[in-house]
Amino acid sequence: MNVLNFVNAFFSDSAHWHGYDGIPQRLLEHVQYTLMALGLAAAVGLPVGLLTGHTGRGGNAVAFVATAARALPSFGLLVLIAVVVGIGLLPVMVPLVVLAIPPILVTTYEAVRSVDPSPVDAARGMGMHESSILFRVELPVALPLVLSGLRSAAIQVVSTATIAAYVSLGGIGRYIIDGLYQRNYEKVVGGASLVAVLALVTLAVFWAAGRLAVSPGVRRR
Amino acid sequence: MNGFFDIPSDLDNTYFGLIGLHLREALLPVLVGLLAALPVAQLCVRFRWLYPPVLGVTTVFYAVPSLAVFVVLIDYTGQTELTVMIPLAVYSLVVLVPAIVDGVRSVPEETLAASTAMGFGPVRRYLQVQLPIAVPAILAGLRVAVSASISLVSVGALIGNQGALGNLLADAQKYGRPELAVNSVLTTAVLAVLCDALLVLVRNLLTPWMPRGGGGRRPKQAAERPEPQEAATR
Repeated sequence: MNVLNFVNAFFSDSAHWHGYDGIPQRLLEHVQYTLMALGLAAAVGLPVGLLTGHTGRGGNAVAFVATAARALPSFGLLVLIAVVVGIGLLPVMVPLVVLAIPPILVTTYEAVRSVDPSPVDAARGMGMHESSILFRVELPVALPLVLSGLRSAAIQVVSTATIAAYVSLGGIGRYIIDGLYQRNYEKVVGGASLVAVLALVTLAVFWAAGRLAVSPGVRRR
Repeated sequence: MNGFFDIPSDLDNTYFGLIGLHLREALLPVLVGLLAALPVAQLCVRFRWLYPPVLGVTTVFYAVPSLAVFVVLIDYTGQTELTVMIPLAVYSLVVLVPAIVDGVRSVPEETLAASTAMGFGPVRRYLQVQLPIAVPAILAGLRVAVSASISLVSVGALIGNQGALGNLLADAQKYGRPELAVNSVLTTAVLAVLCDALLVLVRNLLTPWMPRGGGGRRPKQAAERPEPQEAATR
């Protein structure tokens, strides 16, 4: 297998394990970009999704924002902002955040809205405050779906954060872009497999988060 | 902005030529992905144990950055449109399989029993009962696949001007003309929105029985599924 040979050669070359262009450093940078973009997107998408889902209003606005954000090409945004503003973290963060918002926003909205109405009515009848209905009844029930939206956003960001290298930042994309220009397929394939591994790790993290955070009563269903 | 539609001659194409090329490079893979996803999804519905491993494998495919796939494919397919379209078809497949499986599984048992009682064979039941009922879920998947595909074609610019409208991005940098980048992003976004609207229209035409108009708590079954990938792995 051609590709497997590349992978083997990439990972067994000790030069790839040290210094500023070493795998640990590039992984760290990649994870930093991912967490930052995901955090910003969640800071926007989660509250808006929870609120619109709870009130049941603004569904069309949520769908519109999601469609508009999906329509914007990540790579195009990156180059556009890099050309206009110059090289830095901003041209990387904007496309990544725009990419991550639709899955988080839409899934959160849909998750809260599709919670079984009878426990919500019961909570309201018991005199619970609207905010405690949202955080103590709706959110725990909706949590698996909310987490799956975050997970989907995280995987897309992990994969797309490679474009950071195009505007001369770091991250695993460095291997892919450098490999492209150096005609060094070993680097490209090595970088791609690192991203795939990172995506699997992301899946595992969210699986663990689901085990820890989701109430057993909700999980059983 | 001066020269907004002034396409550099190295692209060897007009503005509308680029749009046509972009649409072809984006939509053909989705079509191929859909045609491949239908049998795969049917297998996953028939053999339940097949679904989790298929989901796992496709998630890994989905995570591999498109640029890396382009670069590796150059060895086999050269610097051509095909190199751009192969990974896009795979991404579409990944998005569509869970959407279709979800949609087909959401068909109620009674409906299937009724169609069997009416004398429908398995093929006719699939084509005339299961697929139409799964249309909203499939179209939701198609919407995600189409907008992702239209956005990703631009990355093809990195492997030697194979990115249609994305090539304008490379030229914007090469010639220091930011208006070309604005043009590329806006045109791509407008294309994506138009295709999305078209798909919504198709869905409404194909599902005349669905309730129309948003707002309020609708029952779960009638709810649109905007993120088919999540709903499936719940």
